[in-house]
Amino acid sequence: MQYWNSTYECMPREELRKVQSERLVDIIKKIYHNVPFYRSKMQKQGIEPGDIKSVDDLKKLPFTYKQDLRDNYPYGLFAVPMSEIVRIHASSGTTGKQTVVGYTRKDIDTWAEVMARTLTSAGANRESFIQVAYGYGLFTGGLGAHYGAERVGASVIPISGGNTSRQLQIMKDFGTTHLACTPSYALYLAEALEEAGFKKGDLKLRAGVFGAEPWSENMRKEIEDRLGILAIDIYGLSEIIGPGVASECHCKVGMHIQEDHFIPEIINPDTEEVLPAGEKGELVFTTITKEGLPLIRYRTRDLTVLNTDTCDCGRTLTRMNKVTGRTDDMLIIRGVNVFPSQIESVLLEIGETAPHYLLIVDRMDNLDLLEVQVEMTPGLFSDEVKKIEEIEGKIRKGIESTLGINAKIRLVEPKTIERSEGKAKRVIDKRKM
Amino acid sequence: MLVKQISVFLENKSGRLAEVTKTLGKEGIDISALSIADTTDFGILRLIVNQPEKAEAILKENGFTVSSTSVIAIAVQDKPGGLASALDVLESQSIGIEYMYAFIGKTTDEALVILRVEDSEKAIQTLENNNIKVISSKDVYDL
Repeated sequence: MQYWNSTYECMPREELRKVQSERLVDIIKKIYHNVPFYRSKMQKQGIEPGDIKSVDDLKKLPFTYKQDLRDNYPYGLFAVPMSEIVRIHASSGTTGKQTVVGYTRKDIDTWAEVMARTLTSAGANRESFIQVAYGYGLFTGGLGAHYGAERVGASVIPISGGNTSRQLQIMKDFGTTHLACTPSYALYLAEALEEAGFKKGDLKLRAGVFGAEPWSENMRKEIEDRLGILAIDIYGLSEIIGPGVASECHCKVGMHIQEDHFIPEIINPDTEEVLPAGEKGELVFTTITKEGLPLIRYRTRDLTVLNTDTCDCGRTLTRMNKVTGRTDDMLIIRGVNVFPSQIESVLLEIGETAPHYLLIVDRMDNLDLLEVQVEMTPGLFSDEVKKIEEIEGKIRKGIESTLGINAKIRLVEPKTIERSEGKAKRVIDKRKM
Repeated sequence: MLVKQISVFLENKSGRLAEVTKTLGKEGIDISALSIADTTDFGILRLIVNQPEKAEAILKENGFTVSSTSVIAIAVQDKPGGLASALDVLESQSIGIEYMYAFIGKTTDEALVILRVEDSEKAIQTLENNNIKVISSKDVYDL
């Protein structure tokens, strides 16, 4: 089976537009009446639900920002009573950046549906054994892939992340056919397999769905060669639903967006003007079937290009290219969202003055490395090495407990980090995507 | 009796040490002892100079991270076991040594050593009580 739901995945675009328009009209009515935040936003712009008649009217609607979710923390943007919410997740952002998302029973059903499409496009079916090595918990990766895999009817192995030697053993003994994890973990597993003396032929692994962090074509080739599988890229964000928002097919020419649930737009992030397909800009999503937390024109901050041509696989769904950057300063390091401001707050807790710092991200052996350079201040300096090393340790621990990332701390001399006239340059990203 | 030591933070980059010595040299500051404690990424340069206050101010002006610490300078007999006897004295009083380094000595029969200890006052008293020669700061700066 090539498609999970050919009705929608291969629907003629005109027909799809009709479906989208109907659903959009419906969702706008709902949020106008159920979410005070949206009602007052629309009223301020002089729009009523009646003004939204089709997808063409989408551009009249106001944008929603991540900050709106934070301002309405935790449940302020939910469109149904909490009694109808059956699941709560939170975005991987940490301290001060947490955004809460909620799902009704139908939302979970929708999520399973779109993830089933994703897994089907990676060749999974009821005969498959799907090893879900995304983290389970508040992060949407694990449970999203899990429900999708169950929907497909596969045998799910909910191992979650980490514990590599066990991953390998289970992969071999249980006959895993599909792997779901971050691409860097897939490579790590490939290396571990080689080290443990496993050969490609020892495994039944056929394909993997990899996402939650940016990865390159070279990385794909390496994963495919070393594991002997088809590696496909998937995209999702908890605000929209989690994994399953978009995924590649075997043609590997962009990720099909599940447009009967999420309407994509590309805008110029500065002028907010909607751009035609083929032009690069910020990806914006409107969820048109979600009940718990519908979002209107949500600014993802991800930069990409859309392509509406019918794919060789037969799907008519719009494809998005790999995300090539961000319009904000968020970094994704080993699948974790990192804002420089989070590092800054750790440094502020340790030092007595505002620190000058620089994040240097690189990728070595396909693993993201974070180095945090911090300028030495008179207050931190001591004539004893162990005291300075204690400070380095404190910073390292602070970052680890805030972000879960082990960073290398390098103390540098004052005034050696470049100053800028305007916005400070906090990040040097040397990874080549 | 306490001697003022200047400590400078240095990244492990070539030319940084030369920069410090050049800066001090230009201002006529004489270095009588130095040591570097280093790690992979950074080093701490410790200096005994003839005008510590001036040296500290100059280095600060030139953008270095500087601090000053009180240390003890002692003279021990320049023969096997000379240093050991001084260290024994400190150990007998449980005075821990944070670090130490030797002087560029100019006398012939004495070795000069800088000590950084947890409790300087107690250390000085102990050393003197045991006839170990503690050198005054004035004498050290004039070396």
